Amino acid sequence: MRTGGEQRVSEHTIRINAADMPTVDETAASSEPGDLNDQLLAADFWTDEMVAAAGIPIVDSPLVTCGGGIGSFVLFDYLRIAGVPASHIKSLSVLDRPWQTYEYLTQVSQVPRGERLRSDSGSTPGNPWGFPSYAVREAFADKSIDPLWNVFSEPLIRDYYTPRAGMAFEDMQREADRTDYWSTQVKGQVRMTRRRVGGGYFTILTPPPGTSATKRVAYRSTYVHLALGYPGLRFLPDLQEYRQKYGDYQRVVNAYEPHEQVYTELNARPGVVVIRGGGIVASRVLQRLIDDREQHGAQTQILHLFRTYVTGNHGPSVFMRRKGGDGWAYQGFNWPKGTWGGQLKEKMERLEGKDRSDLLDIMGGTNTPIRKLWTRQLADGRKGGWYRTYVGTVQDVYPGQEGTVVTKIASENGSVLEIPANFVIDCTGLEADIREHRVFADLLDHGGAGRNPKGRLDVERTFELRGTRSEPGRMYASGSATLGGYYAGVDSFLGLQYAALRIADDLAAQGFASRIGVGRSVSQWFKWMRNQKI
Amino acid sequence: MTPTLLGRIQTRIFLLLVVGIPIVIVLTPFLLYDWPFFLDRSDIIGDAYQVTFFALFLVMFLGVVLWEPLYHFLQQFRWEKDWPMMFGFFTGINESILAWFILQWLGPDDVSIGVPAISFFFLFWAIWIPVFLAANGPLRVVFIRWRFRGGRIL
Repeated sequence: MRTGGEQRVSEHTIRINAADMPTVDETAASSEPGDLNDQLLAADFWTDEMVAAAGIPIVDSPLVTCGGGIGSFVLFDYLRIAGVPASHIKSLSVLDRPWQTYEYLTQVSQVPRGERLRSDSGSTPGNPWGFPSYAVREAFADKSIDPLWNVFSEPLIRDYYTPRAGMAFEDMQREADRTDYWSTQVKGQVRMTRRRVGGGYFTILTPPPGTSATKRVAYRSTYVHLALGYPGLRFLPDLQEYRQKYGDYQRVVNAYEPHEQVYTELNARPGVVVIRGGGIVASRVLQRLIDDREQHGAQTQILHLFRTYVTGNHGPSVFMRRKGGDGWAYQGFNWPKGTWGGQLKEKMERLEGKDRSDLLDIMGGTNTPIRKLWTRQLADGRKGGWYRTYVGTVQDVYPGQEGTVVTKIASENGSVLEIPANFVIDCTGLEADIREHRVFADLLDHGGAGRNPKGRLDVERTFELRGTRSEPGRMYASGSATLGGYYAGVDSFLGLQYAALRIADDLAAQGFASRIGVGRSVSQWFKWMRNQKI
Repeated sequence: MTPTLLGRIQTRIFLLLVVGIPIVIVLTPFLLYDWPFFLDRSDIIGDAYQVTFFALFLVMFLGVVLWEPLYHFLQQFRWEKDWPMMFGFFTGINESILAWFILQWLGPDDVSIGVPAISFFFLFWAIWIPVFLAANGPLRVVFIRWRFRGGRIL
């Protein structure tokens, strides 16, 4: 994966960059006009004069959303429903489409457009109401009752209904066309946001080289929204060490980077693959490997390494007991359903500090949905002897004979095992520290932002970033960077919708938007149904 | 759905009032014995409405004081703290049966008509199904925050 100078990240971090935008080498001495100077870099608050003196042009926009991914798009959508004109919003982004990074990540982690995601029927990023849900739309499109029976009988008879990835992308495309999202997009890399003397914020954008007369452009806005996605994904340190030490990027791969060569080679000749991790991505990769066995005659031997092996149902009390077995912790979505809008959500909103952090640990952690196909495939594998599990901690990874990679693990009983394999796939999906993202790092150093009990950005229940207020302006954040706050499911379609609704309500209270009451909600919904432009 | 206890109670009251009352008003005349000649039975239509409205508010009352607290308790044993759609539908069975017996026992006794079981269960499901459908979609359109608030409307 390409790394750009603009994004300085530690060696253990993989940059997620689905955009084709060339990145600017930050370290090169700047000879271009309109660049940041030492005075600006050092000051927590900027005046209009300071920015002008640096030769940076100023563009006014009442609200700026940084990131331009699904988080930005969903907020834009709710604000449009709340009566805000598209011209009052600018979306600063390196992306061409809001779902670009998401589509990239799902695709490499074995969910192409035709495969199903891990979100529920009512999590509809292209429809603020969640109605008609994806199951209803699929039933109409396919003239089939099956999706309706699925949502009716889940999770008791059927597995949870989940939409095909392509449905979500088409849904967003339609809504972006309808609400004139495209007119708000401004291409470039967001460098930082600083508070402005006199209220509001300056957001510094680095446009693609050659598209602007100056190196930087400053967006002056009353409100700022940050939806920058993952600061990065981390490799397991022992695997990263192996890659750097031996220069081998083919046999040790991360599930979130392109690794099609692994499947190609395993289809061509029998091989052994080690899977690390016990979450949804591990499930997906296992499905791909076993599908290849079943459909393409691959003879792959799968060795699955768990750090924590879940033997059965687990939890602190009879009222908090999660299903589990065969190594996995099972739940339909990445959090229990009640965290998005039920009693667990209310409970989270009441908790502070360590209590909140502890509840998140109980409800979250590594888990995967229990799906009949996966259960059957793994049972076949255990029976056939080509799927085996190991439990322990990795002590070392080193090259073995005939182009293999050896994983040395210490099991709990103290015995040491050396497992040679042709490939190791890291499916752990560890997220990098927020400081790995330049904009977040700058906010921690200069913007007044702080960390929550999980070390990420500390937000209010309204998703306002604590400590960053610049009256009358306010700054908000949504998405993965806010995990550890009062809402668990921030890194999900429905969580982004919830955050957007809270932010839209808070902005309505400031007079920036209208509150979405019954009348507005219903009339806007009819417009959505008729696909009427707004 | 992922209801809270307060959300369950508010949603039940709201839907039985908004969806239930119009259905009771429209369907009650059709429930009289000698349908389709109900128009001739204007003498007992008042009594019929007395019974059907009593039944509607009985279902609402039993839901608030008995069923919803019980469902909420049972929900505590569910890891997801959700209430699957099937539960929301099939709890109509236990609710209708209990309401039927209580109606026999406590129903308005100054009315001139009896209540045939078929009429009661027909009316019950004629309300239960639209309420179930409304709770699983359209209500989100009317109240955009409803699905995030465990079913609370206020």
